[in-house]
Amino acid sequence: MSVGNDAPGAWNRPPSGRAGLADPAPRVAFTAEQLAEARRLQSLYPDPRGALLPVLQMAQDAFGYISLPVEEYVAGLFNLSPAHVHEVVTFYTLFFREPKGRHVVAVCHNLSCHLAGAPEIVARLKARLGIEVGETTEDGKVTLQSVECLCACEHAPMMQVDDRYELGLTPEKVDRILEGLR
Amino acid sequence: MTAEKLLTRNFGRADSHTLRAYLESGGYTAWQKAQALEPAAITEEVKQSNLRGLGGAGFPTGTKWSFIPKHHTGPVYLVINADEGEPGTFKDRYLLEREPHALIEGMLIAARAIRAAKGFVYIRGEYVEPWRRFSAAVKEAYDAGYLGRGLDVVVHRGAGAYICGEETGLISSLEGKKGWPKVKPPFPAIKGAFGMPTIVNNVETICHVPHIINRGAAWFASLGTKTQGGTRIFSVSGRVRKPGIYEASVAITLRALIYELAGGVAGNGRLKAVVPGGSSAAILRADEIDVTADVDGLRNAGTMAGSAGVIVMDETVSIPEALMVVARFYAHESCGQCTPCRESTGWIYQMTKRIVEGRGRKDDLDTILDVARRGAGTTICAFYDGAVGPYISYIEKFRAEFEALIPN
Repeated sequence: MSVGNDAPGAWNRPPSGRAGLADPAPRVAFTAEQLAEARRLQSLYPDPRGALLPVLQMAQDAFGYISLPVEEYVAGLFNLSPAHVHEVVTFYTLFFREPKGRHVVAVCHNLSCHLAGAPEIVARLKARLGIEVGETTEDGKVTLQSVECLCACEHAPMMQVDDRYELGLTPEKVDRILEGLR
Repeated sequence: MTAEKLLTRNFGRADSHTLRAYLESGGYTAWQKAQALEPAAITEEVKQSNLRGLGGAGFPTGTKWSFIPKHHTGPVYLVINADEGEPGTFKDRYLLEREPHALIEGMLIAARAIRAAKGFVYIRGEYVEPWRRFSAAVKEAYDAGYLGRGLDVVVHRGAGAYICGEETGLISSLEGKKGWPKVKPPFPAIKGAFGMPTIVNNVETICHVPHIINRGAAWFASLGTKTQGGTRIFSVSGRVRKPGIYEASVAITLRALIYELAGGVAGNGRLKAVVPGGSSAAILRADEIDVTADVDGLRNAGTMAGSAGVIVMDETVSIPEALMVVARFYAHESCGQCTPCRESTGWIYQMTKRIVEGRGRKDDLDTILDVARRGAGTTICAFYDGAVGPYISYIEKFRAEFEALIPN
């Protein structure tokens, strides 16, 4: 779709025919509805740039992860340089810069969870999924992360599976949760 | 020492997050009352109540509000720090999920006091359910006409970065940047979000405000110590029999909190150490817990009340291993802006790791202490000082345990 004035300026577009970073991927763009939502978000802040995190969150939902072309596209929506957006994207842990699994399993390894057996939980997840922390299973189903405090220490050890907190984990409970993922 | 419950009084109700339940428990009557008060009178009442910031720093809330320049004519912003992330703390998650209207009512009153027409609530990105619950409450408050008539509230989600809980890091993040803290002065009350005077307050702090307006500063002050009023929610975790949240007077002792409210020590039943205020607080030995848990009580005990995240360790816990876990956290979360913090947190984690793995060197402990002491106070924000608290206290108080792991 056409994005009119929202297209990134020509200065940051790789010249046609040259293999630039953004070339191989198809052109990314929000739907008209998503674009309207991005503009609404921008209007909530005294400076539209305040909406950068929410719009990046939208972009991640829409495109699966934040690729360099997505960064460029979002930069265009804000009249920011792609470098600024890249700096922001790489600063925060919840932005994925490569494709993630259909499910993200983020197990807490901070102090209270550690005291309650988090290392055992991490070991169980690695063994069952056959991957290391930071990897995605070959079938693209699960990305495994080991993360800092998710602030549910009263139910340690715990982990986050997509939007849900899974509390009071045992190795057996981990197995059941993994089996329930489609 | 179980004081009357204020913040958690409705937590027993399954529908405590709804407007109906909040109204039934007297909700929004403080806002009615506050509308008849001059802004300066509200600030004065909060000052007199001795309410102190409950996010970590313990700064007097009313005093903070009074820093907004009197003759400023442009916009003023109220920002709520719901970027809960201090290891061992989980109280704001409960408040957002179970008492969201108390936060909204507190915001209405605080916004009147500082003359803000816009409020932002910065919720950590991982908190999906708290965000849904709070957003639903905001919608209810708009529909009922509490919001949108003088105060607009924007719910803003973070994207995963502990440093955004630091108030100027939070402001950077809210402005669409990486969450780098800013040099103070200017303090946010003078030049904060989007360059305008801004007050940043923690969720729990603001949830107290309706109670202060309804029942008076003197009553609130009387619940606590001479220098800090009220109750607060202690998050208790680690090796206790009943981990959870406990609302109590700030004047409760750590011993009463652990043994009377949280059911005593789990594991082998014998207490070894307590982290009293989130992982950034210096650790206390078992013989150091007969102190009140208020801001000044714990400061006098050489540690801090912080976010009131109390982590309990029984005798079977390895302190060097605990420090390694804590050091990994600070190494991961250092924002990288200041050299002492960026470099030291990484190296100290590597050193604690090799000590725990039996590869420590004779001078490692003194090197860590030296690096920690030299860097303290040299950085833009308090993050590194928060790391130095555990580095120094774990090693100084349990040095023999570290030395036993270092090969001869």
